[in-house]
Amino acid sequence: MSQSADIIIIGAGIIGAACAHELARRGLRVLVLDAGRRAATAAGMGHLIVLDDNPAELALSQYSLQRWRDWGRDMPADCAYRQNGTLWLAANAEEMAVAEAKYQVLREQGLDCQLLGAAALQAAEPELSQTLHGALKVGGDGILYAPNAARWLLQHAQIELRMARVVEIDHRRVRLDDGAWLSAEVLILANGVYARELCPELPLQAKKGHLLITDRYPGRVNHTLVELGYVTSAHNASGPSVAANIQPRPTGQLLIGASRQFDSEAPEVEPWMLGKMLRRAVDYMPGLAGLNAIRAWTGLRAASPDGLPLLGEHPQRPGLWLAVGHEGLGVTTAPGSADLLVAQLFGETAPLAPDAYLPQRFLGVAAHA
Amino acid sequence: MPELLLDGQPLKVDEGTTVAAALLLGGDGSSRTSVSGQRRAPFCGMGVCQECRVSTDGQRRLACQTLCRDGMRVESRP
Ligand SMILES: Cc1cc2nc3c(=O)[nH]c(=O)nc-3n(C[C@H](O)[C@H](O)[C@H](O)COP(=O)(O)OP(=O)(O)OC[C@H]3O[C@@H](n4cnc5c(N)ncnc54)[C@H](O)[C@@H]3O)c2cc1C
Repeated sequence: MSQSADIIIIGAGIIGAACAHELARRGLRVLVLDAGRRAATAAGMGHLIVLDDNPAELALSQYSLQRWRDWGRDMPADCAYRQNGTLWLAANAEEMAVAEAKYQVLREQGLDCQLLGAAALQAAEPELSQTLHGALKVGGDGILYAPNAARWLLQHAQIELRMARVVEIDHRRVRLDDGAWLSAEVLILANGVYARELCPELPLQAKKGHLLITDRYPGRVNHTLVELGYVTSAHNASGPSVAANIQPRPTGQLLIGASRQFDSEAPEVEPWMLGKMLRRAVDYMPGLAGLNAIRAWTGLRAASPDGLPLLGEHPQRPGLWLAVGHEGLGVTTAPGSADLLVAQLFGETAPLAPDAYLPQRFLGVAAHA
Repeated sequence: MPELLLDGQPLKVDEGTTVAAALLLGGDGSSRTSVSGQRRAPFCGMGVCQECRVSTDGQRRLACQTLCRDGMRVESRP
């Protein structure tokens, strides 16, 4: 059988698209297969945000943010990239102490950040509740319309995008739902939460999230507003949780998040969860209650046990490379993920130490080392 | 018969007329202008699609779910 391309990528979400972009830039012929299913890239908030739950997450998100700022200069207007900064909101003295600790960590990494007291926060975002104690501003964070960014990344003469569903992976070949087999030296699995179907041994769990968007109210909010309670309420909980996340879209709409639950993979909006999420956001921005919402929807994050992605060759399936498990941060970490994967593929020194993201940490070492 | 002001022009309609119908009777049928400058009009007619957002007496409402009232000011061209 003839080679269909140098590399086949399964999944044209933001991760598959970033990998394709980087490989094509190096002159490889890339075939990207996508089944057109409900994708996290289409559902998500597209908040480009530095997170520091652990050093590996900080390294990957900080590196990726720099790459987005570079790409941001070339991206077309419909990608809606803005470097509007994040405000981490402290609701009480305890959270203000968390903000100060976070400030130290991020400053040590050379990130542009600043602590705001209650008055400075009111001046920066007058719509916020006056009971807040202050905030940490992270200036390099941004926002993006990820579906269009993925399309932009795929626009390259060396990239062919084909609508097709992969139903089986066998060594360096894939079988499509019409029965055809395609082969390449390297396969990259980047199909998000669906990766479990083709590779059942992957330790991925779906984490459902709700989002809501309002009508246009330009000028009310400037930064992306995230509660600091997020660090404790959303990240470390195993039960359903919500955290206030209010993002001003360039259209003047407000995108409201976020909820997290492991107990449901159904696409339906669940009113009790949506209500809980909105009440939380209204606690932080009381005026939100008087605005009109126009749509609510859900999406699934692909969560690995440690919250970090799996980036590298499958230890027991040579030729199959993994780029999955990006949880709630995959739009942010797409450029770094692509660079890490491509560096390993080319046997080069990666821009970040790759160890924390290697699939081996869950899948064990190579069968025939 | 209620009389409203549609984009500044007076318009008499029958009792029970929705704002969506009034837009068609007295205007271009559209309720608003999108970010990209396109005129937008009622689509589903049953309060679901959110296309017919319109300003009535300074409030955003769905034109298809709102009945015309005497003296109402309807703005479709902000
Ligand atoms: C509610 C919510 C909010 C989020 N907010 C943010 C945020 O603010 N910031 C951030 O950085 N991240 C956020 N995320 C996470 C981010 O959206 C994801 O991590 C990222 O989009 C994952 O991209 P992906 O390309 O891996 O997967 P996906 O976008 O899910 O793409 C997978 C693709 O694979 C295709 N596919 C599936 N199966 C097959 C098959 N068998 N054959 C061929 N193709 C197949 C699908 O059609 C799909 O296009 C959020 C996620 C959710 C759900």
